[in-house]
Amino acid sequence: MSIDLTQDYFTLFGLPRQYAVDDAALEAAWHELQSQVHPDRYAHLPDVDKRLSMQWATRVNEGFRTLKKPVSRAQYLLELAGVDTALETNTVMSPEFLMEQMEWREAVEEARAAGEVEELEQLHHRLQLHAREVRSGLAQQLDEAHDYTAAADTVRRLMFIDKLQHEIDEALLALEE
Amino acid sequence: MALLQIAEPGMSAEPHKHRLAVGIDLGTTNSLVATVRNGIAVCLADETGRTMLPSVVRYRADSSIEVGHKAMAAQATDAKNTIVSVKRFMGRGLKDVAHVETMPYDFEDSPGMVRLRTVQGVKSPVEVSAEILRTLRKRAEASLGGELVGAVITVPAYFDDAQRQATKDAARLAGLPVLRLLNEPTAAAVAYGLDNAAEGVYAVYDLGGGTFDLSILKLSRGVFEVLSTNGDAALGGDDFDHRLFCWILDRAGVAPPSLEDARRLQMKAREAKELLSVCEEATIHVHLGSGEEVDLVVTRDEFADMTRHLVQKTLGPVRKALRDAGLAADEIKGVVMVGGATRMPHIQHAVAEFFGQEPLTNLDPDKVVALGAAMQANVLAGNRRDEDDWLLLDVIPLSLGLETMGGLTEKVIPRNSTLPIARAQEFTTFKDGQTAMAFHVVQGERELVSDCRSLARFELRGIPPMVAGAARIRVSFQVDADGLLSVSAREMSSGVEASVLVKPSYGLTDDEIAGMLKSGVDHAGDDMMARALREQQVEGERVIEATEQAIAKDGALLSAEERAAIEQSIATLRELCRGKDHRAIKSGIEALARATDGFAARRMDNSIRSALAGHKVDEFEV
Repeated sequence: MSIDLTQDYFTLFGLPRQYAVDDAALEAAWHELQSQVHPDRYAHLPDVDKRLSMQWATRVNEGFRTLKKPVSRAQYLLELAGVDTALETNTVMSPEFLMEQMEWREAVEEARAAGEVEELEQLHHRLQLHAREVRSGLAQQLDEAHDYTAAADTVRRLMFIDKLQHEIDEALLALEE
Repeated sequence: MALLQIAEPGMSAEPHKHRLAVGIDLGTTNSLVATVRNGIAVCLADETGRTMLPSVVRYRADSSIEVGHKAMAAQATDAKNTIVSVKRFMGRGLKDVAHVETMPYDFEDSPGMVRLRTVQGVKSPVEVSAEILRTLRKRAEASLGGELVGAVITVPAYFDDAQRQATKDAARLAGLPVLRLLNEPTAAAVAYGLDNAAEGVYAVYDLGGGTFDLSILKLSRGVFEVLSTNGDAALGGDDFDHRLFCWILDRAGVAPPSLEDARRLQMKAREAKELLSVCEEATIHVHLGSGEEVDLVVTRDEFADMTRHLVQKTLGPVRKALRDAGLAADEIKGVVMVGGATRMPHIQHAVAEFFGQEPLTNLDPDKVVALGAAMQANVLAGNRRDEDDWLLLDVIPLSLGLETMGGLTEKVIPRNSTLPIARAQEFTTFKDGQTAMAFHVVQGERELVSDCRSLARFELRGIPPMVAGAARIRVSFQVDADGLLSVSAREMSSGVEASVLVKPSYGLTDDEIAGMLKSGVDHAGDDMMARALREQQVEGERVIEATEQAIAKDGALLSAEERAAIEQSIATLRELCRGKDHRAIKSGIEALARATDGFAARRMDNSIRSALAGHKVDEFEV
């Protein structure tokens, strides 16, 4: 047998293939895997081992990153189920969602242009609460109903919120400087 | 039944066979070398008992080179040829360096990295740093009585790719195999954490001579996980000296000083700063070469006032690091203070106020980085014992990206990603029949490419002509455990593959290094050929030993033919190692590597499976 790079991250981390995840178990598996494959364990060994170690450690980190965040974990589960969540290749989003998007975005743009740090932090907080609400449906959609179409829609909403939160972070960073 | 020595990766099979390895803190102001002796990390001293080596290099007209205290003594009389704080120039262009106008050097602004004209010709900061590393290497070899297997060299966590590459090049020039570049705050956390069996989330506040880092780490059951890091690679104790120097000039009302006088005043400023950490006031009394006299008294409060903005400047990165880690200041269990500059009382007060707790100052802020690096070097060299079962998970400090249309940055790898990491991004052509595509790799957080650091530019040629948008060009970034980036690009859609590897443009070219190696070796009186042969022999023996250990442990994974092929390669390499041809040894090593490729992959699979099963390898019956 050779390196099985097709093995999915859930199998690699010894976790059930589902949305609900035990954070402590995920982190423990990450540490356990890294303690076997991390380049620091191979620094004194021949180049062949060093190269393999870097490939594996990279994969293990990527797996951890993917499974840790709810959005990327859900997206990954959909990908495993053959559902593409990429925005541009998908059907039209609901008008309500698009409206909502525009409203949030306008609020962020306004606060950013006016240099309103407090307003940006407020928006960030509200988005966080909103994300929690949207996310609460995912476990049911993915793990129980297996309704991938609905889940993909939820994931797209969350991706949008993520992106907006990131933009607020960057705006706050820029305002600080 | 004969007992087999079984070793886990990273564990020495033969306990008596201790591999000599050191940790080096290559500091802006002072450098140190440390090692682990009988299980305890210690700093190694020179023949007069001093552990700190001033990071000062003097090029003399008689073509000799002085490093350390002797060079420091000449800094006012031979300022132009006596290089201090060279770390500030590593991987930097002239425009990136602050206060050049008050520096006594003759700069040459060459592309990529600034250079210095000395009485011995033009020197790159890499060469100057290599002199410091060479001095420490020789000190360690004399003290430990043998050749070093390698060194862990520390760098500021906030160093970018160019600065890291420059540091690695300097080690190569100094004849030091680099086991790992380790971030200074992480090294300090290892020393502190292991000494105090610390658990929880800690902040490391590291203000050195020329750099500031703030890292937030989670320590849990032997894992040191860096959650975030931030800093300022051009802020340190030197800036406090400079501020005081300007104050002195202003107060004393003297004419603009000569280079020598400026250096003299800077030295006095540093002395006064250090004195103010223990006394309420300091006297500054200097006779200048111009015949003028400076006689001033500065109080601790005055000094705190004039440098308040510098202390405030460190708090910005602290806030950003906390935000990236998703933590509030009161969630930090302890703040470890590192770097000589943290002795200043007003810095300790500011940190205490910010975190709402007294910082931890129970370790020597000058030595803790070198000691942590030594502990890590000991483990990386293969001297790991059962109790040394810790793991470092570090991050990349600054985002990596590519230039897109309109001079904007597209981030490929975000800051604070755990290393090693790889990421790929796809691009396409925008013109019909386009056969080439240019890429510009940058590092930094800003939106505009011009505000980020340019790391490399390269072109992918030979793209088969297609309509616009049909080509699929995949650009892959890989950052290794040293935090060093390599980039490759490949055209995927047509099945035609072209790929290119780039080394950051701030690093020296291989030709330049070869040239420097040659002149450096001539200088040191070493025989380059003898050194190359010795290096290959050591490497050959190391590879044979590692392979034999692997067979002893996992020989069951090999078929009879595979095993015979590997053993044949070992025998050939062993024979070559007895010879005098370093190139032949090198190809022997490569042949053995080819023979063991599949075996290594299977062993790796095995250890991953055992990790998954929740077992350690040593729990299995062999």
